[in-house]
Amino acid sequence: MLTILFDGIAYGMLLFILAVGLAVTMGLMNFINLAHGAFAMVGGYITVVLMQRYDVPFLLCLPIAFVVVALLGAVLERTLYRPMYRRPHLDQVLFSIGLTFMAVAAMDYFMTSSQQIVQLPEWLKGRTELGEGALMLGMGHYRLFIIAVCAALTVGLQYILTKTRFGSRLRASVDDQRVAAGLGINVNVVFLSTFAVGSGLAGLGGALGAEVLGLDPSFPLKFMVYFLIVVAVGGTSSITGPLLAALLLGIADVAGKYYIPTFGAFIVYALMIAILIWRPQGLFVRKGGKA
Amino acid sequence: MMNAQQSLHNSRRWKVWEPVLWLLALALPYLLGNHALIINEIAIVALFAVSLDLILGYTGIVSLGHAAFFGMGAYAAALFAKLVMPDPLIGLAFGIVVATLVGALCSFTIMRGSDLTRLMVTLGVGMLLMELANKLDWLTGGADGLQGVMMGPVLGRFEFDLQGQVAAWYSISILLLFLFLSRRLVNSPFGATLTAVRDNRLRAMAIGIPVTSRLAVIYTIAAGVAGAAGALLAQTTGFASIDVFAFDRSADLVLLLVIGGTGWLYGGVAGAIVFKIMQDLISSITPQYWTFWIGLFLVVLVMVGRERLIRPWTWFRGKK
Amino acid sequence: MSSPEIVLSAQGLVKRFGGITATGNVNLDLRKGARHALIGPNGAGKTTLINLLTGVLEPTEGRILLEGKDITDLAPHQRVRRGMVRTFQINQLFDTLTPLETLALTISQHLGMGGAWWQPLGKRTQVAERCEQLLEKFHLTEVMNQKTNVLAYGKRRLLEIAIALACEPRVLLLDEPVAGVPAGEREELLQTVAALPADVSVLLIEHDMDLVFSFANRMTVLVNGTVLTEGDPDTIANDPRVKAVYLGHGEELAHG
Repeated sequence: MLTILFDGIAYGMLLFILAVGLAVTMGLMNFINLAHGAFAMVGGYITVVLMQRYDVPFLLCLPIAFVVVALLGAVLERTLYRPMYRRPHLDQVLFSIGLTFMAVAAMDYFMTSSQQIVQLPEWLKGRTELGEGALMLGMGHYRLFIIAVCAALTVGLQYILTKTRFGSRLRASVDDQRVAAGLGINVNVVFLSTFAVGSGLAGLGGALGAEVLGLDPSFPLKFMVYFLIVVAVGGTSSITGPLLAALLLGIADVAGKYYIPTFGAFIVYALMIAILIWRPQGLFVRKGGKA
Repeated sequence: MMNAQQSLHNSRRWKVWEPVLWLLALALPYLLGNHALIINEIAIVALFAVSLDLILGYTGIVSLGHAAFFGMGAYAAALFAKLVMPDPLIGLAFGIVVATLVGALCSFTIMRGSDLTRLMVTLGVGMLLMELANKLDWLTGGADGLQGVMMGPVLGRFEFDLQGQVAAWYSISILLLFLFLSRRLVNSPFGATLTAVRDNRLRAMAIGIPVTSRLAVIYTIAAGVAGAAGALLAQTTGFASIDVFAFDRSADLVLLLVIGGTGWLYGGVAGAIVFKIMQDLISSITPQYWTFWIGLFLVVLVMVGRERLIRPWTWFRGKK
Repeated sequence: MSSPEIVLSAQGLVKRFGGITATGNVNLDLRKGARHALIGPNGAGKTTLINLLTGVLEPTEGRILLEGKDITDLAPHQRVRRGMVRTFQINQLFDTLTPLETLALTISQHLGMGGAWWQPLGKRTQVAERCEQLLEKFHLTEVMNQKTNVLAYGKRRLLEIAIALACEPRVLLLDEPVAGVPAGEREELLQTVAALPADVSVLLIEHDMDLVFSFANRMTVLVNGTVLTEGDPDTIANDPRVKAVYLGHGEELAHG
């Protein structure tokens, strides 16, 4: 059981890193970006290509994936996304689905539709077991690595948000764009950098997650639902909300599939629907703030 | 100066081309006999799209899970034919009733929350039902689907023929029936209040419109009509598979309705025709890359502006 | 003299947002047939009060009585059904509908036909006639078939008020009705409001002091979410506290 919890936490942390960019984008630009999963996929494929064709070590691929996808995000934000901010949500949904379809088809064309295999370095393979019997905690080293990296990133993000000037500019822009602009904050730059970092994180998540979640061209479509669940349940007014939502989702999914295999996925959807009916603005909304 | 009553009447009455179109539609299965199968498909998708237009086009509810009701109608009708009786119209009624009930239940989910919440909930319901259909395989045939649905003759007289003509005619008749009913609905005061809710929910409340209950009612009605489309699919093709619940179906539907134009009912029909034909054409040229071209089309469509698509003369004007 | 009939009564209304008290223990009585103005500097909480009265916001404490009945728990649309209607400071219109359609649907809803789904909109002569009357009164007849989003601002503002009157209110809450309307048309707009039947009770938020004093027979001054004072216009105009509030904010409480 502890192993399930552990695996769930690893899965949840990964989902958080993948989805946090989406949460912030939604909260900041009020933009429903269903193409977020495609950025993650690109990060995964970059890693695979670098490792398989150019023998780049795994650890190096991770920051490269982050940077490349962040740049891609920056370019797309400036060119395609920016004119879409004021459009109705339906338009945004259609637009981002369109981008996703294009990305999926492009990957299918260049990389074929087969599952990609990521060869982990030796020191990340293997597993440590603590305790015995029912209380045994089996920790895959890779999952341990994921938890460590994601935790570090989370702490870093929280630090940036609360202790740096950029962070306060970001929070001001989320709270009230017009007022922020009136205070002299360059909202465009905030949007651009936030979108870039958010996409970069997705790319990093895709790279990290390729081994655990699998990587093929249908990745964005398969996992987009999960990212959206994290954002809808966790709310868009903080990053602790999505973090908790992601952990909840990760554990629920792993536990559900283990204990009740026949209705595994069912549990996640039913839980999400129940939560959203009960608290339509998400589970973790800051009191008194704009939801 | 036209008085008020005349103005309102003019904007809502039957246009000259409508009856012509309808008669043409009814005659199609006989005129284009060897295309009966695709005509049937188009009619079913058109009906499905009209049902989505009621909530998306007229009321502004963004749903990515409308296939849930389509699927319920399909399975209900299929099971009815297999287990109770093979009469098509009664089976159709049963499918509609089941889908309507499920819609009524689900209507609680769309009343509160933001666009994102509604999107997620509608999506979740669709996926949930797909999982259910998959796992309850003793009832639904699971991943293999429900096969061998044999239908009796329509109205006791018209046997479904192998060529599919009777099926096409049957689907088109049902499509026209619901098109007629929907038309009356959207032109009525009730329909106007739906548009008011879509345009400005706050003001709608401020003039006494019970917004939540209107949303629930139209969502339930739309579910029933989607169920009708699903029932037609099961009855005319002879089987029901779990992909009736698939996200693809909901997404494609939103797409084709947008292509045809939301908010004018015929948009669903136009979109269905255009979409099916495009799908056929593009799939025959580049079978794997339908997704890519559809994606590109969507992006361009949205960037240019949805309304401009059906008004080609605006394509070359500068932005207002 | 018999005590005036109170049609709308706010009792001890409080609204807090997190640490901020937007409305602090407000008591307001609107008399039948009143032309009651609610004034105060920007940010005093006037619109918040209207939102509380109409049910858009839920009060933290306090009660609201409409024609003697407690409506504190009623939803906004239910309050409208009971005869309390408001207009918005920023136009809230149905952009894709025409003024004619907008009024027709409002009137239909008011007459209880909002749920009628078989008959076409406006088929009932009663509805059509009422539409024509309102369009005429608000000078909207020429533009009645144009989509609302292409109308000029002045016309949009007129429509904003016309919609409220289409509901045949017994209590009318006007939130800065002449905001943004060119000076020449303001008089006319307010005249239309002043010409309402005597038994319609009006609460008006307005900044233009000339208009307020020509319109109101009673005034409430709201400052920082609480009531500073209430009374007839002359008393208010001469109240030193009121003058201080306005002079302190740089505005002038001008009245001849």
